[in-house]
Amino acid sequence: MTEHGLSTGRANLDVFAETLMGAAENNRDILVLTSDSRGSGRVTPFGEQFPEQIVEMGIAEQNVVGVSAGLAASGKIVFAVSPACFLTARALEQIKNDVAYSDRPVKLIGISAGVSYGSLGSTHHSLHDFAALQAINNIDIVAPADNYETRKVIEAAVDHPRPLYVRLGKKPMLDLPHNNTELEIGKARLLTPPRLDSDVAFIATGETVARALLAAESLEAEGITCSVLSMHSIRPFDEVAVREAASHSRVVVTVEEHSVNGGLGSRVASFLMQAGIFRPLHISGIPDEHTVAGSQFEIFDHYGISPSGLSATAKRLLEKAAG
Amino acid sequence: MSSLPEPGAVPDETLRMLKSKSVRYRRTILKMIVDAKAGHTGGDLSCIDILNVLYNHVMDITPDNFSKIDRDHYVHSKGHSVEALYAVLADKGFFPEAELGNVEKYGSTLIGHPTRSVPGIEQNTGALGHGLSVAVGMALAAKMDGRRNRVFTIVGDGELTEGSVWEASASAAHYRLDNLVVIVDRNTLQITGRTEEVMSMEPLEQKFAAFGYAVRHVDGNDVSDLAAVLDSLPFEEGKPNLVLAHTVKGKGISYMEDQVRWHHRVPTDTEYATALAELEKAEKALGATA
Repeated sequence: MTEHGLSTGRANLDVFAETLMGAAENNRDILVLTSDSRGSGRVTPFGEQFPEQIVEMGIAEQNVVGVSAGLAASGKIVFAVSPACFLTARALEQIKNDVAYSDRPVKLIGISAGVSYGSLGSTHHSLHDFAALQAINNIDIVAPADNYETRKVIEAAVDHPRPLYVRLGKKPMLDLPHNNTELEIGKARLLTPPRLDSDVAFIATGETVARALLAAESLEAEGITCSVLSMHSIRPFDEVAVREAASHSRVVVTVEEHSVNGGLGSRVASFLMQAGIFRPLHISGIPDEHTVAGSQFEIFDHYGISPSGLSATAKRLLEKAAG
Repeated sequence: MSSLPEPGAVPDETLRMLKSKSVRYRRTILKMIVDAKAGHTGGDLSCIDILNVLYNHVMDITPDNFSKIDRDHYVHSKGHSVEALYAVLADKGFFPEAELGNVEKYGSTLIGHPTRSVPGIEQNTGALGHGLSVAVGMALAAKMDGRRNRVFTIVGDGELTEGSVWEASASAAHYRLDNLVVIVDRNTLQITGRTEEVMSMEPLEQKFAAFGYAVRHVDGNDVSDLAAVLDSLPFEEGKPNLVLAHTVKGKGISYMEDQVRWHHRVPTDTEYATALAELEKAEKALGATA
């Protein structure tokens, strides 16, 4: 299936599980910890192939994270795989103290992140994780956009020396353009040709990046030039890439599957203001309200995180900039 | 692993050494708290005999082997009693005793809860209900790798109301971690008052046993009893070990014993002088029996 020339890949979660199996072939220290979540984390095959390397902890996320820290302290390479909503809220204090503060390089894999669970509602949504984790020192935060980014991030995660949180969704993702170069955690990817004079810079993260790219394509067709930055890493935050993208554009639109408070948009806005780069800016995300019911994509569409919604947002900003 | 004597056969020489250190550690703790003008006095004094016996008789942890994975491990889940841990670690040579004058001072690594910035400490603790899970992870890793080392943790009795303690307990029994040793500092007091009045958790022995632990009782301020019980580890094959250490908060200083107000009170000059006099008397009594 293709959409605007982009083919549909698989769910990032599937790519995560497959990549981890490949890594575990050669590394007996790789462990997966689950909270009754091996099915939803797509790691059932991992458990079948490496039964000694999967540890079931039951529905006890605090213990999952604490035990992960203890295993990591003993040299294990631990992937704690649990729904992002529970992992980063229920076990937030364990993430803060046992992992980040104690500097244990646990890999926290937040599955079915953002609004992936759709109509299951806010108990199952994680729209706070970027905000909560950005306020905690010593944990890197990554949200891959597509299968390629997921594969590269998980490969890098194995040897990542610091605590790491990776947030993954469960719907098939469009394969975004890439040139097979190495992906570095903390270095954003420019998905469009480098320009010195864009009208619009889309700075997006995770599963909203494809939508930003499609919006950019439709704007280009109308003669509005765009650059699109995939900010897979919220931390380390790629200041150079954001500076480049924003300073060479007239307006900036940030896009994320997160609360508009405390996520990528807030970070970009804060950075640009402090760097003295003043551009009309809009933060597209989930507003501060009870989230509407619907599937992940219906929720995106509802809040304007759609190719048409993002295009309209960009045009409004451009009008304001011109006015 | 250190070679341990048979259960019930703790040498007199060892006991004399441990008793002497218990008095000395109490002096070190009080000086630290007076110098810092802060500290968890009561809890330090209730758990110091346990730490003494662990570090000087039971556990294989030294500055020389600290970087090795096959030594024993210790997690101070009852993190607020950090002064007691600092006293023992300094005595073991992890850092110079003179450093203790910097406890809680501006820019010091010796802050009011344990951190890995301090030599000899392997996990940052202080928020209650965390240490046991981390210890479970360490014990699980040792089992997976076929190592014979053990993992010890001291948990406060007020801490037992944290739900995470029971999550961790379930997993310890599920994974048959008989290399895990959980010692509960059962001093029956927490900052608000009697633990049973704040939140009743008895019967603790039955609760821990039902969760799958092999449970033993011990006088947690008696180094002889502690050494004898801990020499008999593991208590039962395939079960995590739980020691209900019956202690007295503020133990060793008459006016602090079993007094909730000494949870984190700092002695006045007069109180400090009285405490030192009591410790000197205790030391002399030890000398007389030696």
